[in-house]
Amino acid sequence: MTATEYKAGSNLEKVLASGAFAVTGECGPPKSADGSVIEAKAKLLKGYVDAVNITDNQTAVVRVCSMASGYVAQQNGVEAIMQMTCRDRNRLAMQADILGASTLGIKNILCLTGDHMSFGNHPQAKGVHDLDAINLIKMYKDMRDEKKFQCGDEMTVAPELYIGCAENPFADPFELRALRLRKKIEAGADFIQTQCIFNIPKFKQWMQEVRALGLHKEVKILAGITPIKGAGMANYMKKFVPGMDVPQEIIDRISGQEKGAPQQAEGKKLAVEMIKELAEVEGVAGVHIMAVEWEVAVPEIVEAAGLLPRPAVA
Amino acid sequence: MITAERKPLDEILELVGDKKKILVAGCDTCVAICLTGGEKEAEILASELRILAEKDGRAVEVEHTAAIRQCEWEYLDMIADKVAAADVVLSMACGIGIQSLAEKFAPKLVMPAVNTNMLGMPQEHAVWLERCVACGECRIGLTGGICPVVRCSKSLMNGPCGGSHDGLCEVTGPEKEEIECAWALIWERLKAQGREELMFTDRPPKDWSKSSSGGPRKMVREEAKPV
Repeated sequence: MTATEYKAGSNLEKVLASGAFAVTGECGPPKSADGSVIEAKAKLLKGYVDAVNITDNQTAVVRVCSMASGYVAQQNGVEAIMQMTCRDRNRLAMQADILGASTLGIKNILCLTGDHMSFGNHPQAKGVHDLDAINLIKMYKDMRDEKKFQCGDEMTVAPELYIGCAENPFADPFELRALRLRKKIEAGADFIQTQCIFNIPKFKQWMQEVRALGLHKEVKILAGITPIKGAGMANYMKKFVPGMDVPQEIIDRISGQEKGAPQQAEGKKLAVEMIKELAEVEGVAGVHIMAVEWEVAVPEIVEAAGLLPRPAVA
Repeated sequence: MITAERKPLDEILELVGDKKKILVAGCDTCVAICLTGGEKEAEILASELRILAEKDGRAVEVEHTAAIRQCEWEYLDMIADKVAAADVVLSMACGIGIQSLAEKFAPKLVMPAVNTNMLGMPQEHAVWLERCVACGECRIGLTGGICPVVRCSKSLMNGPCGGSHDGLCEVTGPEKEEIECAWALIWERLKAQGREELMFTDRPPKDWSKSSSGGPRKMVREEAKPV
């Protein structure tokens, strides 16, 4: 693929286009104006991931914005995937922010609906939801490919964007999930990252439907992995995190170890095993490692999964 | 219909302040049907205020009345005398009725005794569910007669988010009550209608200028105007 054929020419896009198995990470910005936190997380992940998601007020809790954090991450050597939720911005803000992000050199964007306000620390906030994630994908695609704003007005310089979105293979109605992915691809998604996978058989069943529709050839699918830090976290995710499917045997496996370092070691071991298994699934183009407030575990997991060194693409 | 809930008594007392002549004005249309602000509820609130005043040793006069509809000028004429005699009117109508009353009898002090909360319907006896937000651009013809703008917690237009589970929304109501996933309902309805393909058609962004985002709305029916 020549440079001119890239949609944005981001590192992530090039790695995926090369056919290499991609690795993305995740960085949650701090709940204060402390930019050094982002800097430290970026330095930790540099060389171990192809790009890092910068969350956008994740779980509806106020944090440093994803644009500024993404910029800081890139200044520190890790390419950003800027998350953008429909919860906090209307179409004016979402277009203005993508132009701003683009001028700062951010090319990967992840279009999300966003966790509902009721889960966060400002449950009394007014949810915007002017557009939904599919509307957002389409709007950004039109900005990039047609040089058009959502209203139809034209712009002189279009943002260069590699457009991603999320998909949860474990949500209901299950029969809709692969078809909904097709809708996202039709809207303009270039890559998707899945919800954390713990139930591998169900994920494989979903991938079978995805392949039956030929969607794995139209979009790059990154399988979501969350290393489990302890039995408490596994139980919490099972009970309280929306859309999460954590089978009991996973919880039992972690609980079988002593609290602390032994459970952490088991969590990392499990993550490595899962990455290896998912990498064998036809249509999985990479892995997205969401080590929630446990970024320090990522280098070790990536190395143990045999995914080093990360490819250098021109 | 429009539903409302009565404000807590403490808040009502604060709104009334030190006024001596109080009129509690009910409305015998929507808020009467949802058992919040009809004549009967106005009478109950008036009694409560009287008992409380007596207990606290305050000398107040509390009357009650009700208009057939507080949101129409002609029905307000029928309660004009009682309004004129009061220092403050506690309206138990919806926000429309309260404002009509305040406008009709301006600058009379008119206070809300209820919080208007939704356009809903009684799903079962004494349980009301929201069904419309008057967005001004109805698309339920494409969604099996189920409105995702108001019944999906995130007003999604293109199908369920990743938080739909066993037919339920990831969001729970203020009292931790379960909420049905609108898109799960829509999918089942479309399947039953044999119109599954509607689930996969692209729904462009909504035109919110037709909702309250466009500023206060106005409707004129030229053909219905008096000649």
